[in-house]
Amino acid sequence: MQANTTIIVRPWNAATVILRTTIMSLIIITGYAFTTFNTRDVDFWAGVDMLGSNFSALLLTPYLKNITFDVMIRNLFITIGLGFLTTIFGAAIALGLALLAAQNLAPRWLTVIIKGLTAFVRAVPTVLWVLIFAVSAGLGSVAAVLGMTFHSAGYLIKAYAESFEEIDNGTIEALKASGANWWQIVFQAVLPSSATALLSWTFLRFEINFSTAIAMGAAAGAGGIGYDMFMASGFYLNLHEMGAFTYAVLAFAVVLEAGATRYKASLRK
Amino acid sequence: MPLLHIAKLSKRYGTDKYALDSIDFTVATGEFVAIIGPSGAGKSTLLRCINHMIPMTSGDVLIADASTKSMNATQLRAHRTQIGMIFQHYNLVNRLSVIENVLHGRLGYKSTAAGVMGWYSNAEKQQAVEILQNLGLSDHMYKRCDQLSGGQKQRVGIARALIQNPKLLLCDEPIASLDPSAAKIIMDTLKDINQRLGITIIVNLHQVDVAMRYAQRIIGINSGKIVCDAAPHSLTPDIIHEVYGSEAGELILDFGEQHAHA
Amino acid sequence: MHTLDFFTKKRLSFGLFVVVLLGLTYVTIIFTEYNVAKGFTSIPKAIRWATTNFYPDAASLKKLPSILLKLRDTVMMSVASATIASACAFFVAIFGAQTTRINVWFSVFARGIATIFRNIDVSAWALILLFSFGQSSFTGYFALFFVTFGFMVRVLIETIDEVSTDSVEALRATGASYFAIIAQSVVPSCLPQLVSWVLFMIETNIRSATLVGILTGTGIGYSFDIYYKSLNYHAASLVIIVIVISVLAIEAVSNWIRRAVL
Repeated sequence: MQANTTIIVRPWNAATVILRTTIMSLIIITGYAFTTFNTRDVDFWAGVDMLGSNFSALLLTPYLKNITFDVMIRNLFITIGLGFLTTIFGAAIALGLALLAAQNLAPRWLTVIIKGLTAFVRAVPTVLWVLIFAVSAGLGSVAAVLGMTFHSAGYLIKAYAESFEEIDNGTIEALKASGANWWQIVFQAVLPSSATALLSWTFLRFEINFSTAIAMGAAAGAGGIGYDMFMASGFYLNLHEMGAFTYAVLAFAVVLEAGATRYKASLRK
Repeated sequence: MPLLHIAKLSKRYGTDKYALDSIDFTVATGEFVAIIGPSGAGKSTLLRCINHMIPMTSGDVLIADASTKSMNATQLRAHRTQIGMIFQHYNLVNRLSVIENVLHGRLGYKSTAAGVMGWYSNAEKQQAVEILQNLGLSDHMYKRCDQLSGGQKQRVGIARALIQNPKLLLCDEPIASLDPSAAKIIMDTLKDINQRLGITIIVNLHQVDVAMRYAQRIIGINSGKIVCDAAPHSLTPDIIHEVYGSEAGELILDFGEQHAHA
Repeated sequence: MHTLDFFTKKRLSFGLFVVVLLGLTYVTIIFTEYNVAKGFTSIPKAIRWATTNFYPDAASLKKLPSILLKLRDTVMMSVASATIASACAFFVAIFGAQTTRINVWFSVFARGIATIFRNIDVSAWALILLFSFGQSSFTGYFALFFVTFGFMVRVLIETIDEVSTDSVEALRATGASYFAIIAQSVVPSCLPQLVSWVLFMIETNIRSATLVGILTGTGIGYSFDIYYKSLNYHAASLVIIVIVISVLAIEAVSNWIRRAVL
């Protein structure tokens, strides 16, 4: 090899080209995005400036004014309850439908239909489902539970079906060979071998639903601590009270996350 | 003059018992040393103390009679550039090409800016190509490393170490994840590097028969202590028994099987 | 006897699990004052209402251009917040990951900050930020930014420790400087995963942005809110169709990119 030939060090291939194009597009879109921002004459730097003092008011001097501590805890538990209920309902629906959406358990046409429908259900943000149900059920816990259950079921059907599809085909084959019928295969092989995966997905969804329940309280009249936050922010304009609610929400979310992390670690052992 | 002198080297993790307990030996330039011992005996820790990948607790490592005990960051980097390292799991950047991985061996010689940008001189690239040719990898130069077989990956690892122009090669279980034929190619390559380029080699091995066939000298370690330090032909089953403790019975059996395969 | 024991135990523990779950569900229903009967009767009512009222008509199609403009705002905000937050998170994750951290305390600090950011829901962030930025796009942008940042720090720390530990060790052994190691090993091995997570966050952020838009009066969420509150259900349904199409399209594009890149 001659000394003056240039040796290419980083060869190009399809993967790097697509990777770089994606990154460049993201950067360009981001740059363009800032020109589309609706500033409504809000001074950005004044806002950033205020952010510091607002955060310190929020985090360093939290106190309650319009509701008592007991009521706040009660409302926190209502939010937790909404998250819990919708997770249970969603999981119950998903357990049945996911069996019909898994490619190794159901005919192909059926899995395509169910997966397509769940993709649609998931694409609609939860808040819009809640508002749609609110037209006939009225704003409140019924609409919130229905809307959140809908979205949870859509999410869990996909997750469960993928867990079912991951189990060893040999196990199903072995049971089929021994003459077991569909129900026997489901209860003796499919559910036991995917149980831990189903549980972790369900727990993850509970974390999501807790957050969503806060949002539904704020944006769709579902009550709970989300509604208190909405009032503190939009009606009483009280950052200190907002701080107290933030701490309450944060405490439960951190406990949930720590629980999930420990559960995952125990599975790995 | 000895190339490497390990002086009363000890290593302790936290308050556990000593992983290395007063290890003391000297390696001359051009030697091919194998370190054997059961899992957890401290072989890996010993190798990593030599290039300060793991900080030692007490003792010293001397290269050409120069202490390496207290070095600043620049001296540490210079120290490491002289020592190539080869790993059981190859430790390549799998998404990059073979030649990029080889050139990573030059990073120790570069300024931070040149290293960050990946600027390599033509001479360096030339050298990388030559080394790859010698190791029989020139056809794979532009392949991504995750497309290679285990034996090929380990040869890329060797190329990355060689381009450092090292005085010493530390090999941590280089064939533990390879099938017998790939393992033989790797061991032959190391032998060749040792004899042709005169580079000193210290290799951790699990297989006593491989150590006996390739090394000039075998150091046996058990529970952080040197149990034996001898030429391969003077190694007796008794000594091996001492190195491996109760595992030895199975090991001798392994011996027989390996020979039967070969 | 023993096998019988095993099956009874298994059945008992499963039965207990179901009973506890049902009990908790019952207690929660009472506590949240959820009306089960009304829940069930509302579903057919909602379907009946949706089929008679909730579809776009000719008049609502005239609003399509303005809806699309709002959709652009929302998509732009999602992309910008996901991209910039992920870039920031990557830097913080490098200092937080075990493989690449420079200091244990900084690592603990980085993880702690990320935990706070991701565990406050995006709607709560929006309500907090309304105090500083009022009903402008900045409120939504920062709300999405904070949550994305917190989430990305966590997953990127996991990614770095998962995919680059081995090659970082190898480059450290060659004497490469800290930033060269980051640029030559951590970045190339993590970049595809990073991009994949950014795409995931863009999808998530579009859904969250709709919610934030309702709270802050911006983007597509605001469009929906206006039509919904003025009982213009035909236009509101058009907004939903537009959202669904864009979310599914972005999902399809990201899946295609993921398959090519990972």
